[in-house]
Amino acid sequence: MVTAVAVLTLLGLALGFLLGYADKIFAVEENPIVKEVESMLPGTHCGQCGFPGCSGAAQAMVDGEAEVTCCPPGGRALAQQLAEKLGVDADLSGMASEPMTATIEESLCTGCCRCYRVCPTDAIMGANKQIHVVFADACTGCGKCVDACPEDCIGMHPEQETLDNWQWPKPAAA
Amino acid sequence: MFNKLKIRGGVHAEERKEQSTCQPVRKLGIPPLLNLPLRQHAGKPAQPVVKVGQQVKKGELLATSTGDDVCASLHAPTSGTVTAVGEITAPHPSSLTTQAITIEPDGLDESVPVEPLADPMTLEPGEIADRVDQAGIVGLGGATFPAALKLKSGARQKIDTLILNGSECEPYLTCDDMLMRERAEGIISGARLIQRAVGARRIVAGIEDNKPEAIAAMQAAAANYDDVTIQAIPTRYPMGSAKQLIQAIMGKEVPAGGRSSDVGALVHNVATAFAVHQALYEHQPLISRLVTVSGACIEAPQNVEVLLGTPVSWLLEQCGGLTEDPARIVMGGPMMGQILRTADVPITKGASGILALATPEISKNEASPCIRCGSCVSACPMGLVPLEMARHAKGDDFDGAKEFGLRDCILCGSCAYVCPSHIPLVHYFQFAKGELSAKRVQERKGELTKSLSEARKARLEREAEEKARLKAEKAAKAKAAKEAKARAKAEKEAKAKQEAEQASEESGS
Repeated sequence: MVTAVAVLTLLGLALGFLLGYADKIFAVEENPIVKEVESMLPGTHCGQCGFPGCSGAAQAMVDGEAEVTCCPPGGRALAQQLAEKLGVDADLSGMASEPMTATIEESLCTGCCRCYRVCPTDAIMGANKQIHVVFADACTGCGKCVDACPEDCIGMHPEQETLDNWQWPKPAAA
Repeated sequence: MFNKLKIRGGVHAEERKEQSTCQPVRKLGIPPLLNLPLRQHAGKPAQPVVKVGQQVKKGELLATSTGDDVCASLHAPTSGTVTAVGEITAPHPSSLTTQAITIEPDGLDESVPVEPLADPMTLEPGEIADRVDQAGIVGLGGATFPAALKLKSGARQKIDTLILNGSECEPYLTCDDMLMRERAEGIISGARLIQRAVGARRIVAGIEDNKPEAIAAMQAAAANYDDVTIQAIPTRYPMGSAKQLIQAIMGKEVPAGGRSSDVGALVHNVATAFAVHQALYEHQPLISRLVTVSGACIEAPQNVEVLLGTPVSWLLEQCGGLTEDPARIVMGGPMMGQILRTADVPITKGASGILALATPEISKNEASPCIRCGSCVSACPMGLVPLEMARHAKGDDFDGAKEFGLRDCILCGSCAYVCPSHIPLVHYFQFAKGELSAKRVQERKGELTKSLSEARKARLEREAEEKARLKAEKAAKAKAAKEAKARAKAEKEAKAKQEAEQASEESGS
C-alpha cells in the first residue's frame, strides 16, 4: 500500500517536473490572438491592406501597426468584429458597409488605358480609345483605378443583389 | 408494415387534400399575357433565340439550353407576339427581378407543324434523352433539375430500379394524385421511355396509401407490363423526398453527400414521366403543367392545367377569386414551398401548387427559447440534430452547424413543424446555408483574384526583365560603336602621325 502510494506520488512528481521543464524549453512564442484575427479575415490574401497576405495583416493589427479598417473586402462588418476583438475604436466613416466593385461609366470613358495598368488583379479590359470594362468577378474593390482615372468616370458600388446571391436574413432572436 | 419500421422520423401533418380532389382537372384558357422566366429550372438561364416583335407559334423554341451546362430550353405555350425580353418579378420570397420572355397571345393557339415520328420505343437511349432535352423537360416535383441530364447520367451508371415518385406527401397538394387518376396510361408510357433511356431493370411506382384511387388507376395502367409494379407506401411526410422514397421502396440508404444512383436507383416524378410521354408521343414540349389551387381563401379549390407563364393573379381569378385577403400566398406545398410577396408572378415549371392560406392555417406563434426536448431529433428524417444545428447557426458558427450535418439537411421542415417552442428551425438552416454558400463564393473569388494578381506580378517582372535586357543590349551596342569610333580615330591619328614622321624623315634626309 505504502509502496504503491509512494511510487505513484514520485511518478506524478517526476512527470510533473518533466512537463514543466518541457513547457519552458519547447515554448512556442506566438500570440494566440493573431491566429484568431487571421481566421476572421477573408483569407483571400488580396494584399489591399498593404501587408503580405492576411496573416501579415493580422500580425500588424494585433501589434497596432494597422487599422482594423484596412481590409476592404471584409467591409464594415469585419472591421466592427475586429474592433470588438482587439478592444479598439474603429473609425468606420471611410468604409463602405459591404464589399464594393468598380464600375466604369461608359459615356465618360475616353479609353486612356490608365486604369487597367494599375489594377492589381487585371480586372479591367480595354484598349487605346476603346471603352474599358470591369470584370466584377475579378474586382477586389481596392479603388486604385478610381484614383488613376483622369475622367472621374469610375465609381465604386456594392454588388447588386440578384437571385443568385440573395440569401435568407437571420431570424429574429427568440 | 415492415417498411414502416424502416422509415426514420417524419411527421404526419393534417392532409387537407380532399378540398381539391372533388372535381376533375380543369384546363384553363389562354391568359392575356405570359411571362416566361429564362431560368425556371436548376442551373444556368436559357439563351433566348427570339427577338422582340417576333411572331411565335405554340411549341416554338423561345430559349435554348446552353451546351454542357445544367440548363433547360423553353418553348412558347401558345401562339402570339414576343413583346419583351427583360426583367420581371420572380416567383421568389425576395421579390427580386429575373430575366423573362413576355408573350402577348393572339388567341389562335396555332401550333408549329410536327414531323411524324416512328414509334418512340424503337429509339436509341441517347436519342430519347436528346428529345427530352429538346422538349425542355425538368423534374416537375419541385426540384426542377433538367430531366435529360438525369437520363444521360443514368445511362452511364448502373441503374437497377426506376422509381416513379407519386407519393405527393405535402399537405394540400393533389396535382400528382389527379394526374395519376386521370392520365395513368401516359405516366406508365413515359416511365417506360425513361426506363429504356437509362436501361433500368424494373419500374416501381411509390404512391402513398392515402391515394387509393390513384393506386387503382396506376395498377390498371400497369397491368400489361411485368416489370412495372405499383407499391403503396405509408403516408408520412417527407416520403416524396428521393432519399426517403428509396429507403421505403428498396430498403437502402443513400450515403451522406451521395446520389440516388449510388444505390442503383433513379427517381422521377410521375408528372415528369407524363411530360416525357407528351414530348415523344404527342410532340408537345413542356408548355403546361397541373397546378393545385387550394387554401382557405380560395373560393373553389381545384386542380387546373395551366400554361407556363400564366400570371398567378389571373389563375386565382379563374378559380373564383379570393374569399378574403390571404395571410400568405405560397407557391408549392405548405412545408417547402416559396412564400410569394405578390401574385403578379408567373407559373413556372416547378410550381406544383398555389395556396392562398388564411391566418388559422399558418403558424404565427412567437418563438420561445429551446427547451431541448428532442422532438426535432426524432422528427428529422435524415437523422440529424436540428436543435444543435440551429444553436450553432444562431451563434453565427456556421462551420459548427455543418459538423452537425447541415449539408445533409433537406429543409423538409419536419423539425419546425413539431417544435413546441415554435423556433423557426428551417429559417435558421436556410440562413446558415446561405452564409456558407456566400463564404464559398467569396473564397472562390479570393482564389481567383490571388491567382490573377500573381499572374500580373509575374508578367510585370517578365516585362521589366525584357526592358532591362533591351536596355543593356542597346547600351552594349552604343559602347561598341563608341569604341569602334575611338579606335578608328586613334588609328587615323596614328596614321597621320606616322605620315608626318615619314614626311619629316624624308625632308630631313
